Amino acid sequence: MSAPAQSVFRRLFDEVGPVDHVGIEERVAKYTTRSIKKNAKLWGLKTAVSMVDLTTLEGKDTPGKVASLCQKALRPHDGLDCPPVAAVCVYPAMVKHARRALGEDTAVRIASVATAFPSGQAPLRTRLAEVKAAVADGADEIDMVINRGAFLSGEFQLVQDEIVAVRDACGSATLKVILEVSELETYDNIRAASFLAMRVLRPGDFIKTSTGKTTLNATLGNNQVMLEAIRDFYLDTGTPIAMKPAGGIRTAKQALQFLIAVKETLGDAWLNNTRYRFGASSLLNDLLRQLEKERTGAYQAPYYFSEAAESY
Amino acid sequence: MSTLTAQKRPVSRPQGRPAPELIFGDLWEYDPAPETADPKLKARYELFIGGKFVAPKSGKYFDSINPANEQKLAQIAHANAADVNAAYAAAKKAFDTTWGKMPGKERAKYLYRLARLLQDRAREFAVAETLDGGKPIKESRDFDVPMAAAHFFYHAGWADKLDYVAPGRKVAPLGVVGQVIPWNFPLLMLAWKIAPALAMGNTVVLKPAETTSITALKFAELIQDAGLPPGVVNIVTGFGDTGAAVMGHPTAAKVAFTGSTEVGKIIMRSLAGTDKKMTMELGGKAANIVFDDAPIDQAVEGIINGIFFNQGHVCCAGSRLLVHEPIAERFLAKLKTRIKTLRVGDPLDKNTDIGAINSKEQLATITRLVAAGVKEGAKMFQPACSLPAKGYYFRPTVFSGVSMSHRIAREEIFGPVLSVLTFRTLDEAVEKANNTAYGLSAGVWTDKGSRILKMSTELKAGVVWANTYNKFDPTSPFGGYKESGFGREGGRQGLLDYCKLA
Repeated sequence: MSAPAQSVFRRLFDEVGPVDHVGIEERVAKYTTRSIKKNAKLWGLKTAVSMVDLTTLEGKDTPGKVASLCQKALRPHDGLDCPPVAAVCVYPAMVKHARRALGEDTAVRIASVATAFPSGQAPLRTRLAEVKAAVADGADEIDMVINRGAFLSGEFQLVQDEIVAVRDACGSATLKVILEVSELETYDNIRAASFLAMRVLRPGDFIKTSTGKTTLNATLGNNQVMLEAIRDFYLDTGTPIAMKPAGGIRTAKQALQFLIAVKETLGDAWLNNTRYRFGASSLLNDLLRQLEKERTGAYQAPYYFSEAAESY
Repeated sequence: MSTLTAQKRPVSRPQGRPAPELIFGDLWEYDPAPETADPKLKARYELFIGGKFVAPKSGKYFDSINPANEQKLAQIAHANAADVNAAYAAAKKAFDTTWGKMPGKERAKYLYRLARLLQDRAREFAVAETLDGGKPIKESRDFDVPMAAAHFFYHAGWADKLDYVAPGRKVAPLGVVGQVIPWNFPLLMLAWKIAPALAMGNTVVLKPAETTSITALKFAELIQDAGLPPGVVNIVTGFGDTGAAVMGHPTAAKVAFTGSTEVGKIIMRSLAGTDKKMTMELGGKAANIVFDDAPIDQAVEGIINGIFFNQGHVCCAGSRLLVHEPIAERFLAKLKTRIKTLRVGDPLDKNTDIGAINSKEQLATITRLVAAGVKEGAKMFQPACSLPAKGYYFRPTVFSGVSMSHRIAREEIFGPVLSVLTFRTLDEAVEKANNTAYGLSAGVWTDKGSRILKMSTELKAGVVWANTYNKFDPTSPFGGYKESGFGREGGRQGLLDYCKLA
């Protein structure tokens, strides 16, 4: 790394402070020993359902697949008293089909991954055009990826400028900034990138762990680093930034552990779907399965639950 | 496109608006999650002498109380000098006839057996430990019991390799060892004492603390199950008089004591002029030192773990926080935020972070010292958590604005009470950290490796943890400087304190 790039890194890290890897792992290990029973479990499961961004991001997605995903999002399971999910998350080309399936007046929002997801390796004007197209087709939320190459070579200004450009292209749509944590590699980098993004976000915009397209996605560890960054930023500026872990959260048990982290780090104000989301697809059915188990006292076979989406 | 410079700095809060605050309320309250394993307690526990449970000669018993609800758990025998005599006679006989002559590899089998039996019944022991001592079940389940088993495993491994403990020299057991242990980690302290003594070939007379005798007596059941020769381990229960008889007995070749510095001094005085070997693990007033470049959130977590682990009933608890002046205010704010999320209450609940204070007497001591802190002008912070109506509980407490001359900065409180001081330079931090009669442990929090090394050589403490706290391992020797005692427990060094070198 060249000398100027190094000093840029050092300056940013000095501003936001370091993260101790071992300490983070120790902290999050404690969340996994919490025991959530009875009403607390029911509340946690239902809240988690309401936080799901039900996702399909595949080359083989079709309007039909997206329509059936939207139906699932609106009514996750027959005979179960549970809320709809927060949003469906699709590629830009599928936004108009999702809008047709959901209609204009709906509780479920449409999120779209724009900006040459997942790599982000396209010219900026292409990425911005994609964002604008998705918003024009009816997307309520845009999930963008940051320029990891620029971040790792110390061009923080470029990273931030691009976020600003995408934010402005979003108009009134909510922006979610994907840091792609597995490509940033260290907790120090994740914290620094969180701050880079948060400094140019609007209240209610999100920072998000990953695309779900790399080997390592959301973990309790990187979730914790980002929650602590959000907390510090909120206490300093009063601007509440929302959080979305994505990828790798497949079971209800995991989801409850992530929620425990939210409760004990950011408190009650973040325990709702305007401030916290799960980017997931197979998670939803496990949540439903656990809710059915709480209701009936027995586990149902997986084939009693519709539409097991496979993507992430 | 907006430029970075226009957006770079976070928009500061407009003047006059209230500072943003986090809400740690009851939106998602955890339901009670009590551990339900059966502790299998007896109504009455006798003394364990010569491999059998025997009634005390005096016929006297005392009650063991559950500090979480003040209910009686069991009756415990009160041993007098005659009982202690019988225990030493049994131990001497076992040393002369069986244990002292047994090859190390045979002794190892017994120790492995004890370790496995303890693992088999881990849940039962954890619940018993929590009921008797008041510590949260998550600590007895995840720390006390597994660590006790680990000590037996580790020392079992040494038993047939003693020729390598002190290269070039021969080792031999001492004989009968008298041991007195405290109430903060009843089972773990028992393991720290018994495992190295037995591995070396000594036999033992052990006295647990009067408020926490139950797990020691349950352990006596394991000794029977493991088929140890009678008299290798003898457990006598009682109060200070019993302890004095154990420490002062002429048969004891060595005494080992863990407890307060005050009692340690009494024991040392009474043994002056005898040829008994001694090890003392006494009090502490550890400094946890946070530099301005430390990973703040993880340091906060470590400070919390350092002082509130086991309700602060830890001799190496980080009871003094020394924080670098530039970050003092911010650090204290974060510490308070974190404390608000700690859960104080029923120790048997799996979600409890801070359990019950061990005894009424200890609660009175803590209350008295905290009152002294308030009176001397330190600023007190306690979270607004509710405490159970019955039982001995104390809110986690932080004092700021503390100076070195305050009582709360000098005396060991042995409770969930943290005193916060500040420093400007490394030298000042060292000076303040070492300005105490104790020297058991210390913690250093910094991102700079060279500073860790410098601090670890300058701090007069038996253990210096860097960017972590309260880490224990059977392989790592533990013990103090100055009035925190002498001798080491754990590791090779710990074994050397239980043998004669020739």
